[in-house]
Amino acid sequence: MSEPLTYSDEFLRGILAGVRAIAMVGASPKWTRPSYFAMKYLQEKGYRVIPVNPRAAGQDILGETCHATLAEVPGDFDMVDIFRASDAAGESVDEALALKDNKNIRVIWMQLGVRDDAAAARAEAAGLSVVMDRCPKIEYGRLHAELSWGGFNSGIVSSRRRRVRIL
Amino acid sequence: MSKDRKEGFGFETRMIHAGSQPEPVTGARQTPIHQNTSYVFHDTDHAASLFNLQTFGFIYSRLTNPTVAVLEERIASLEGGRGATACASGHAAQIMALFPLMDPGDDFIASNRLYGGSITQFGKTFKKFDWRCTFADVDETENVRRALTPKTKAIFVESLANPGGVVSDLESLSAIAREAGIPLIVDNTMATPYLCPAFQYGADLIVHSTTKFLSGNGTSTGGCVVDSGTFDWAANDKFPSLSAPEPAYHGLRFAESFGDMAYTLHSHAVALRDLGATMAPMNAFQTLLGIETLSLRMERHCANALAVARFLENHELVAWVSYAGLESSPYRDLAKKYLPKGAGSVFTFGVKGGYESGVKTVEACELFSHLANIGDTRSLILHPASTTHRQLTEEQRAAAGAGPDVVRLSIGLETLDDITSDLDQALRRAAS
Repeated sequence: MSEPLTYSDEFLRGILAGVRAIAMVGASPKWTRPSYFAMKYLQEKGYRVIPVNPRAAGQDILGETCHATLAEVPGDFDMVDIFRASDAAGESVDEALALKDNKNIRVIWMQLGVRDDAAAARAEAAGLSVVMDRCPKIEYGRLHAELSWGGFNSGIVSSRRRRVRIL
Repeated sequence: MSKDRKEGFGFETRMIHAGSQPEPVTGARQTPIHQNTSYVFHDTDHAASLFNLQTFGFIYSRLTNPTVAVLEERIASLEGGRGATACASGHAAQIMALFPLMDPGDDFIASNRLYGGSITQFGKTFKKFDWRCTFADVDETENVRRALTPKTKAIFVESLANPGGVVSDLESLSAIAREAGIPLIVDNTMATPYLCPAFQYGADLIVHSTTKFLSGNGTSTGGCVVDSGTFDWAANDKFPSLSAPEPAYHGLRFAESFGDMAYTLHSHAVALRDLGATMAPMNAFQTLLGIETLSLRMERHCANALAVARFLENHELVAWVSYAGLESSPYRDLAKKYLPKGAGSVFTFGVKGGYESGVKTVEACELFSHLANIGDTRSLILHPASTTHRQLTEEQRAAAGAGPDVVRLSIGLETLDDITSDLDQALRRAAS
């Protein structure tokens, strides 16, 4: 087993604050799948999430058309979120690297339990930010004190008052 | 300001801050008491997301409450766990801890030195659920290995046993649990996370009666289950509540969908939903106030207890003292290893003259309160054989360290000289 990965809160905050559109590789139309949970949550937080999955290509998932490959996604996306087994993640990373200038991809994110150190090194060498073995939904919730609502240890200590929008 | 989780903030900082950021709408710095049952949905889609566990938020205070959640995160942080579930009492916490693990016909192994109330709950009441408890003398870890069956789902011990001076060898017990593919559950009530970081010694789940040292002032009953987040519930087929499709959530598998958050989410979404043993927000608030001073209180509790134990050990009317902090204790080495900051403040001693002298000593105290609690700022005294351990058989009482001559003390934070003087006058009056 390799060393557990650590990412600073600042690094993760920077990614989640900068990204607008996310291509989610391995998105599922079934509502009990983890990818569906993550997609729905990220949509609620204002992200555009574009599903990518050859087995669901052409289907509507949460109001978005699912595409077979990253190359078939129309328009730009900042981040690729990979819901695939670790041994298949590298393939998606290379697909993203081939498209990075065309699509303005800046971040590769591999989900909880997904890790490919060699693919991460290739992406970082190409100038992309990489997160592995984390879930953007959980990290967003943790950094915005929502994970704490469920009794989870966020690791965050702060006496600053957060700014909230009151409509 | 935030640090990497690995680096982390110090224990005392987390006692005061973990889980409690300023309330963003009003700026209130102290944790508000959300004396409230239900939470408004933005729309039906938001409600559906909440009910499907797809988003974080509050539905109904039987499941989660903002004040209780602060307490849960604080205890999870102090124990170094992934998440925690607060509930109505320590006894509720024991049911809650086992609920995701046990099916009817399953068994678990528990120390025969547990607090008497736990022995009654495990041995008698759990039979109604067809949960079977095998009690074992866990000082001989081989006894635990021998008691394992294919249906054993957990090993349950206290890090420091109530009433008196017994320390569990957590690392050896953890090795047996690991081999068997089951979690080690540690009741850390008497030690608190300040004295014993039980997850570091191999515990997988920790339970608390927060009524004791965590709240600290004898104001509020409560319990808590903390998950380390490191046990793989899907590694074998022993824990279908967490690894198999959950019918009430349309076939969702908790372990797959929520990873290291599965156990704590299940505890809220299924166990609290259906067992309903929720902690009240006011109790959570009082317990949070207590935890803010935990380290300071535990240091003084331990210092006073050690001094009182030494005083009693040298007292002509005392037959024996069972405190793991004394050189004479057979548990001294285990205490040095697992409780290096102190052996807690609850212990037992025997009065010369047996049962009658013990009862008289308890009744002759002026400063000590004669009551059935521990972990208060006040010094407390009790005769376990006639109270907390009354429901047990004579053999069970002897095994639990609650024989006829035993007096239990919970040493408080009063002036040390006043504590020893009260015991001295009570012992003398009992002997006269």
